[in-house]
Amino acid sequence: MYTASDLRKGLRIKIDNDPYVVTEFNFVKPGKGQALYRCRLRNMINGSQFERTFRSVDAFESADLQEKKMQYLYQEEDKYCFMDNESYEQVFLNREQVGDAVNYLIDNIEAQVLFFEDRALGLSLSNFVDLVVTQADPWAKGDSVTGNQKPVTLQTGYQILVPTFIEEGEKIRVDTRTGEYLTRVKG
Amino acid sequence: MSRDEPDAGREWRLTRRRAVLEIRARMIQALRRFFVSAGYLEVETPARIPAPAPETHIDAPPAGDWFLQTSPELCMKRLLAAGYGKIFQIAKCYRDGERGDRHLPEFTMLEWYRPASDYRDLMAECEALLPFVLEALGRDAALVYRGERIDLTAPWERLSVAEAFRRFTRLTPEDALRKACFDERMALDIEPRLGRGRPTFLYDYPAACAALARRKPTDPDRAERFELYVSGIELANAFSELTDVDEQRRRFETARAERERLGKADYPSAEPFLAALGAMPPAAGIALGVDRLAMLLADADRIDDIVAFVPEDL
Repeated sequence: MYTASDLRKGLRIKIDNDPYVVTEFNFVKPGKGQALYRCRLRNMINGSQFERTFRSVDAFESADLQEKKMQYLYQEEDKYCFMDNESYEQVFLNREQVGDAVNYLIDNIEAQVLFFEDRALGLSLSNFVDLVVTQADPWAKGDSVTGNQKPVTLQTGYQILVPTFIEEGEKIRVDTRTGEYLTRVKG
Repeated sequence: MSRDEPDAGREWRLTRRRAVLEIRARMIQALRRFFVSAGYLEVETPARIPAPAPETHIDAPPAGDWFLQTSPELCMKRLLAAGYGKIFQIAKCYRDGERGDRHLPEFTMLEWYRPASDYRDLMAECEALLPFVLEALGRDAALVYRGERIDLTAPWERLSVAEAFRRFTRLTPEDALRKACFDERMALDIEPRLGRGRPTFLYDYPAACAALARRKPTDPDRAERFELYVSGIELANAFSELTDVDEQRRRFETARAERERLGKADYPSAEPFLAALGAMPPAAGIALGVDRLAMLLADADRIDDIVAFVPEDL
């Protein structure tokens, strides 16, 4: 069971027996008033979305999802193909089901694909993924507010802010939960 | 540590944040200068206390047998009762379960009290404080926050709670309280529309929404309380302070009963505060969120961006 204070982006809960994922989350509390938890929820089966505001007293069951370790193979138009390395079973996820993970999907990366009654609905990646910087502009010392950072493009097309010492061709580690740069990876 | 060690990402985040933390530091120094030059005495009171003021929806974290303060209000009022005159404090405060884009469970509060004053005097003081801070940071009289220009020239907008409900909802505040949706309407329909283009004082709350505020002499169903909003962000909460000991005791009992009904922790009665309250002069008091002011001045979208560490970093 989850309570309202567990709500956060990415949490999967059960509502009317369907699995939902929290796609946007905001904690609001008017002065001296009660805590409110504003969520945008996406039905993981049919993709329908709605907004709902919960209170501290609300409780939720976790969504009945099974995870299966699979490998990402390729993308074909809007479809992303994953394969079970033992049974060679293949499943497809659409762009919406892949979500932010699209920023980290490199060939053969291992993913936990989520199933609800044998239907693939989404995926989780490990918290840290190493990606190659494919484009980085040479850095001219800039203004002080942006500080020691610059935008670069990674091999997946994902644009990310990194320290200025990172150069094209280097590999960096990214936190898939926040989408932020973590560290440079050697070798 | 080399920049390639596992913690390099976090270290880098701190490096990146330095410019904003410098703005925050200069802002806090300017706040101090404002109050010192206006004749206020800076005070410090304990963060760990045995008996927080019971408020229905504010939860003090336990600390041993005592609690961490949710605000320095009760101790500062004891100083007022002892004749200290105008006082201010910049204090760490703690509230369980408050975490969001504008909330941290540990945050910094600027709280000040002035005797022989009411909430209208505090409105005027706020109108002087923000331009002073902006000038100290080398800015002009307009704040630009998330692309919105906020003109800080006095007078700011004054909007009663009743008028705000009329303008932005189909309910009166009393209807909303009866239907138990006052907080929803306030948070979802009203607050985001306040402080647009210039700051807004939202004033005169239903008496039930102000546990430590004086009732309006001309309208006892309302309390002399205001909240200050800038660009939809709640920045400060102020009262003409309640000094009637019996009424304060009754309101604390009501809040404690409400907390019990909601299954929340009970606090011991704040007897030394109640004993001192009879000697407290008529006064007005206000608490301003220092982190939120830093958000506005640093043009930060999230409270995480204007502190060195959030709980998740520790």
